[in-house]
Amino acid sequence: MRHLPIGHMTIDEIKKCYINKEFSVKEIISGYLQRIDSLDGCVGAFITVCDDTALKAAGELDERLALGEDIGPLGGIPVAIKDNICTRGIETTCASKVLAGYIPPYDATAVKRLKEAGAIIIGKTNMDEFAMGSSTENSAVKLTRNPWDLKKVPGGSSGGSAAAVAAGFAQLSLGTDTGGSIRQPASFCGVVGLKPTYGAISRYGLIAFASSLDHIGPMARNIKDCAAAFEVMRGYDTHDSTSAHNVPSSGSSGASCFSDMEEGIKGLRVGVPEECFGTATDNEVADAVLASAKLLEKLGAKVEKFSLPVFDPGLSAYQIISSAEASSNLSRYDGIRYGYRTDDFRDIDELMTGTRTEGFGREVKRRIMLGTYVLSSNGYDAYYMKALQRSRKIRDLFENAFRSYDILITPASPVLPYDIRKEENTSPASEGSAASGQQRQARSDIYTAAMNLAGLPALSMQCGFSKTGLPIGLQLAAGHFAEDKLFRAAFSLELELGIAGRMPLLKGADQYV
Amino acid sequence: MIIGLEIHAELNTKSKIFCSCPAEFGAEPNKNTCPVCLGLPGTLPVLNKEAVRLAVKAGLALNCRINASSRFDRKNYFYPDLPKGYQITQYYSPICENGFIDIETAQGAKKIHISRIHMEEDAGKLIHAEDEPATLIDYNRAGIPLIEIVTEPDMNTSDEAAAFLKALKSILEYAGISDCRMEQGSLRCDVNVSVREPGNRKFGTKVEIKNLNSFRDVQKAIEWEQRRQEALLMTGRSGEIIRETRRWDAFKGETLPMRTKEDTDDYRYFPEPDLPLVIVDNELIRSISDELPELPRQKIERFAKDYMLSRYDAGILARSRHLADFFEEVVSFGVQPKEAANWITVELLRLMKNNTDTDGSMAEITINSKDLAELIKMVIEGKISRQAGKEVLSDLAASGRTPGQIIEERGLAQISGEEELNEIIKCVLAENADAVMEYKNGNMKINSFLMGCIMKASKGKANPNKAKELLEKALTYLRLF
Repeated sequence: MRHLPIGHMTIDEIKKCYINKEFSVKEIISGYLQRIDSLDGCVGAFITVCDDTALKAAGELDERLALGEDIGPLGGIPVAIKDNICTRGIETTCASKVLAGYIPPYDATAVKRLKEAGAIIIGKTNMDEFAMGSSTENSAVKLTRNPWDLKKVPGGSSGGSAAAVAAGFAQLSLGTDTGGSIRQPASFCGVVGLKPTYGAISRYGLIAFASSLDHIGPMARNIKDCAAAFEVMRGYDTHDSTSAHNVPSSGSSGASCFSDMEEGIKGLRVGVPEECFGTATDNEVADAVLASAKLLEKLGAKVEKFSLPVFDPGLSAYQIISSAEASSNLSRYDGIRYGYRTDDFRDIDELMTGTRTEGFGREVKRRIMLGTYVLSSNGYDAYYMKALQRSRKIRDLFENAFRSYDILITPASPVLPYDIRKEENTSPASEGSAASGQQRQARSDIYTAAMNLAGLPALSMQCGFSKTGLPIGLQLAAGHFAEDKLFRAAFSLELELGIAGRMPLLKGADQYV
Repeated sequence: MIIGLEIHAELNTKSKIFCSCPAEFGAEPNKNTCPVCLGLPGTLPVLNKEAVRLAVKAGLALNCRINASSRFDRKNYFYPDLPKGYQITQYYSPICENGFIDIETAQGAKKIHISRIHMEEDAGKLIHAEDEPATLIDYNRAGIPLIEIVTEPDMNTSDEAAAFLKALKSILEYAGISDCRMEQGSLRCDVNVSVREPGNRKFGTKVEIKNLNSFRDVQKAIEWEQRRQEALLMTGRSGEIIRETRRWDAFKGETLPMRTKEDTDDYRYFPEPDLPLVIVDNELIRSISDELPELPRQKIERFAKDYMLSRYDAGILARSRHLADFFEEVVSFGVQPKEAANWITVELLRLMKNNTDTDGSMAEITINSKDLAELIKMVIEGKISRQAGKEVLSDLAASGRTPGQIIEERGLAQISGEEELNEIIKCVLAENADAVMEYKNGNMKINSFLMGCIMKASKGKANPNKAKELLEKALTYLRLF
């Protein structure tokens, strides 16, 4: 098996090689670290690379392997973690000046479970500051480029995590999704990204943006790897009161409870919301997604177009609710206990104001102001309450839809990956431009945000390439806790499409391909 | 005058309300903290069920309706002692509503209604550094569970307010809900006062008073504020009574306006998304209700009836559950209730007065109930005089010795033996022949003089009653023979 490039191998295949002593964990981790070292300079996926700790962990696993021990379902697998997820002893910045140098004293539960399963943390990835954005251009640390075309954005806010997996810098990565921040960058970078059901994976340790909409989710180069990571992380957590009790835990027999993934999708009822295929969606994107829908039909599914008017109304409700919660969640960054503190102050008000003025980026400030306003006595009824009501309506519409359909299929993003043009992409409205860069960015979430409002699981995967060689992603959504249906449909599609695991050729030599 | 109170009481839980840090008083600064109560990024609150139990218990003890479902909300504002930049509280739907306490007033019993009781978390404590221009923050208190009790504006005098607070403290202490010690900060009280002219149906302007650190502060502040508002009303300056928050300055003995902020706080309350609804079902309510001990009013009734005590004595004994239990223990060792009550309410409390807070908190009763019972019995049996008994009591409080040991060490044993007493009497009579002469001549009052001599001769140890009895016998004998 040695001739197969690691980047194209699944977790299962790598694990078999470990057991058969084809290569050691240290070799694999070193390989990944070398690749990061030589190529991340042009991609910019990582804020922190954990060379020493990763190699040390690898050495320990090799020792255990030598003793014939089982090193866990993700033993020896390198994982990149988005920088808004707490990792004990490793700097966690949310790509913000306000948390530069902040080192959490605890691991997020999701990270803890990955480590317990034998995974190795290889680094922390770049993102839009505090997860606010759809292109990773709002990072206060650095720029991340799309590995498929270094002039394009990788999507956001989990751009670094998506790019890391796409470029072969890690086998898995963790992203977070509040309005689409796993699914959209996954589709821009041609990888698989899962936003699980709300509550399926604990939020403890996820630095909060919008509490009722935030999710941690895995990203990978193939469906099975993504499912393996999900299985390890999911389940009730006493530290998170919003985590769900009724998440099925791993099968006692040890076999993956997603083994029925390979069963096929005969009779699966697939709904195609017509609102997703209008003028707002790029033609190439719409065509590719609809072609995949046809493929599902060919594989035995019952595919049907129907009306689901949740997307447009969902977007504005999402913006109001997420900004409101963010304005409260980000109040703790006041310069008193940790993180950045301004040097220029005479009293407590100036300390706090100066810290936040100097520490937060423009987009973060904008959302805090918006959120503060919609929660104020002036705005509460008119905006916040209305948004909550609308959100409930959307939930109902979805519930109805999932009586008739098992899964829904939509584009993950209405547009293809666009050029990195930081200033223009993040600018407010000005004379002459019909919509501001911000508004265009905000609409990136149009097909994904509604699922966050309803807490539904949704998966993004590659379904084709554009004429210019850019990945096109589709989104599959299912009812609460029906991730198994998602994986089943996605796996069948992946097999049929035959494009999984293809990695971008980056500038500079690749050691493994 | 119309008075309403807003009281915060710290709950007697082992841990904080949203994390498992110890909820203890007096620990080294910032020792009892963790990522959750420090509000570190990524942390989430987890509700302590014990806090819910005690909040429900408080509601039941205060005759409230317990809401089957209630919810937490966020109260958003910036202050260094508030780690998350918001406080988790219950604004829109509290756990208990519509209760009352009966208090005793000069006009008889009066119901003071309680509008609501809700749960919330406490903030940290700011301490001003002594030797540098800096403020230090101790987060041990951040996350301690509080209940906020809001009364209706049913009180009309400072006495009624004080009576309410005493009654509330008594009930909460009894049920083990809170220590309610204002000086320690486990009970805090803000007062809302308004004055209106008699006959005027409209309420006057409400003034809030903060920084009250004892029950006496509460009374004095109310009285002072009443005088201030009345003075303004009577001189036609009612417009100067504005709706504001004033600070009680105990040193100056007056309320002063607090620095007003430019705009009133908009706390932007919204439902806490990190916590589910608080559900309290009937079974839980029943189990908590079963746990409720006999409350003060019931105890006073029972003491008065079963032990035949005056309502006054019963009231004093029942003021603290600690004291009431102590009393019953002493009685259980075979002491007459009336005697036990007397010794406790008079002698013991006098001793403890030095150790109580001004709000009448009981410091530890350092005497063993068994020892006190033994002491009382000794006095009744005449082994020591009552006076000696008081001295022994004081020693008992200070030391760890038994009554018997103390009596022996200090030689307080009373002389009650007839033989011994008669010896003394004989001496005294012999030495005071002229007094005896006067007695024979009909001066009955000479008894007291002779008693004095007997007490002197016995160094105060003679059992006065017994000595009197024997003296009379001796004198009668002398008269007759």
